[in-house]
Amino acid sequence: MRRLARRILSAAIAGVFVASVVQPDPVYAVTPQEVLPDKALEKRARDLSAGLRCLVCQNQSIDDSDAPLAHDLRVLVRERLTAGDSDQEVRDFVVARYGEFVLLKPPFSAATLLLWLMPLIALAGAVLILWNAFGRTRQTPVAVSDNRLSPEEQAALDALLKKD
Amino acid sequence: MIIEIGHFALILALLVAAAQMIVPAWGAQKRDRRLMAFGEPAALSQLALILISFLALMHAYVTSDFSVANVAANSHSSKPLIYRISGVWGNHEGSMLLWVLILAVFGAAVAVFGNNLPATLKANVLAVQSSVAVAFLLFILITSNPFERLDPAPFDGNGLNPILQDPALAFHPPFLYMGYVGFSMAFSFAVAALIEGRTDAAWARWVRPWTLLAWMCLTIGIAMGSWWAYYELGWGGWWFWDPVENASFMPWLAGTALLHSALVMEKREALKVWTILLAILTFSLSLMGTFLVRSGVLSSVHAFAVDPGRGVFVLSIMMLFTGGGLALFSYRARELQQGGVFSPISREGALVLNNVLLTIACVTVLVGTLYPLALESLTGAKISVGAPYFNMTFVPLMLPLLLALPLGPLLAWKRADLAAVMERLVAAAVLAALVLVAVFAYAERGPWLAPFGFAIGVWVMVGALSEIAFRIKLGQAPAAESWRRLINLPRASIGTTLAHFGVGLMVMGIVGTTAYKSEAILLMKPGDKTEIAGFELAFKGAAPSKGPNYTESIGVFDVTRGGAPVTRLEPSKRIYDAPPQPTSEAGIYAAWSGDLYAVLGDQQPDGGFAVRLYFHPLVRCIWFGALIMFFGGAISLSDRRLRVGAPSRASRAPAGVPAE
Repeated sequence: MRRLARRILSAAIAGVFVASVVQPDPVYAVTPQEVLPDKALEKRARDLSAGLRCLVCQNQSIDDSDAPLAHDLRVLVRERLTAGDSDQEVRDFVVARYGEFVLLKPPFSAATLLLWLMPLIALAGAVLILWNAFGRTRQTPVAVSDNRLSPEEQAALDALLKKD
Repeated sequence: MIIEIGHFALILALLVAAAQMIVPAWGAQKRDRRLMAFGEPAALSQLALILISFLALMHAYVTSDFSVANVAANSHSSKPLIYRISGVWGNHEGSMLLWVLILAVFGAAVAVFGNNLPATLKANVLAVQSSVAVAFLLFILITSNPFERLDPAPFDGNGLNPILQDPALAFHPPFLYMGYVGFSMAFSFAVAALIEGRTDAAWARWVRPWTLLAWMCLTIGIAMGSWWAYYELGWGGWWFWDPVENASFMPWLAGTALLHSALVMEKREALKVWTILLAILTFSLSLMGTFLVRSGVLSSVHAFAVDPGRGVFVLSIMMLFTGGGLALFSYRARELQQGGVFSPISREGALVLNNVLLTIACVTVLVGTLYPLALESLTGAKISVGAPYFNMTFVPLMLPLLLALPLGPLLAWKRADLAAVMERLVAAAVLAALVLVAVFAYAERGPWLAPFGFAIGVWVMVGALSEIAFRIKLGQAPAAESWRRLINLPRASIGTTLAHFGVGLMVMGIVGTTAYKSEAILLMKPGDKTEIAGFELAFKGAAPSKGPNYTESIGVFDVTRGGAPVTRLEPSKRIYDAPPQPTSEAGIYAAWSGDLYAVLGDQQPDGGFAVRLYFHPLVRCIWFGALIMFFGGAISLSDRRLRVGAPSRASRAPAGVPAE
């Protein structure tokens, strides 16, 4: 029941909000009309926007993009926040509509396991290799490097020395 | 006619390159001097032919010859001369032609300056270098010919994308390519060393200047791109972790690691196998960067599938050279002799740490860039990997690197006394701590991590200078003595100090602008006033104006500080004639403390303008840092020891150089 009430309220607020922000051809990111009067809420909106992808752009967040779709999403995020959603609820709402593609920070899941663990795997690999390398040199402190000349080199050297 | 000559020259260049790929290598195998000597004139004529071809295309652009399909598609007669010239490489076909031109320049440089290289090594290097040229010349001639004609020729061209009509972007691609392609030298030397089954300090001494040159160009190329994004895209962002940026950043990370590991190899004959591997991987990453940007795979996996011709071709080139290089490596690496041993606390140890962290950072960027592509083509699931991911993974990897950076140059080779080194860094540590406290005390806002960021920046900068101060006995010997020592310092070590100082400066800029940026987004009518970061701005209104190939509306802001006039900002909105596309030119007032940045938006129905104002503290330090890194590299390159072609001192004649 409360949920329904909240929906109705948010729809009403959204209606008022959208009516007040309709502008011809928004050309660049975060227009003055979008900015919420509540500074704390606006700050949350900006932080959230920075993590949401503009779906029609190449790798831009909706906070940076001037595409109309990004504008719509920015307005949507602010609507949800004004309606009292938590940050996570806003994110879930947007993901439910647009899929996980919209999140610039992919969630930790089976599909992204390798993505998130790769830095750690690489680090572990490096430590292992170094451990091995330094461990081994400690066992054989004097690494024998073969400085002797090959027969051809010796011949070349002899020839040179003779020339002088 | 000129265009046909250019086309013909390119085909001849392919034939010459094919011969250069085979004859000198065969000669090296047979120890036949005459066959090996073929490489030299071949490399020079290859360069001459590609240059003719490149100039032919440039001629078509400058004279606006729209019967050439490439010119018609990418140029316009109303463009200013500089953008008609830069338009040559502002498109796919032309940029690939620039790519092979630079490749040929590097190949010719080996031919000209490589007189003190062992003959077989030189022959093999020229052959390998030419094999890369063959692959890319084939690519151009088969899939991306810039010399195709149009019949009938159109009346005018389509024009160059307006946001690319910019001085920084005109020179961004050539520098970037000099970096990418410069690493082909490291690759060719690595493969040649593997073919010969031997490498030594002389090899590293040869590879280092080329790697350094490539690294310098890549550094400045990336910095230019970042600077351009900052002032052109209209909100002052300077790095976006965009796949295209990552494509150039990965070779930079690997190349930086290569510079440092080649140092160990030159001085101590250690890390040979790793250095060779890194040389192969660095160039592979350059090829991958070319593939990512040129195949269209980034915009969408589907765009790639729709027109796979070019993509598959570059992918095959990349697989061939990476796979071939790595196969040869696994086959021959065992034969390379390992050199000097060292304890973990030593200069070598510090350079290994540098390599480990840079390599892991590179792997992280690689995985983050390719993961969405791989996941989508394997499972169809679409995910985004954006800035938050890279900030979370890359930044923590850089922290230990920055903390350890001042220690490295102070540590002795083989085995070092860490306590003694720390003693020399007391000044840096104290200053860093002071900055930490001061920022905590005075910053009214911003994340709590930011003061630590500044402290690290100061630690790196002062730490870099400490090394020089120690070496010239600053404050411990008379000033004249210190001065004499400073003059006599090897330029390579001054270069190191500068480059490291540049890194610290860049950290300051990144932290400052990220943590303490101010922003105001508002509607202003002529006559309105506002304030940001201590500046007062009065909006005077906007007036139309006409440029060479655009019309614009220029907004005027008078800036004062405490009543005293500071500057006038004139941000504008442009509409280009061809193609008709809007761009926004920010009005920027640059000072050391930061940039005041104004963007003019659309006019509202009530006559007011949407205006965005920013203050980006210390943001210049980012690009000044990169510039200082570049000059550090240049000074190091001018060191006699590293100078290309400089005869090595007789007393230290390295074993690999034949005495002839």
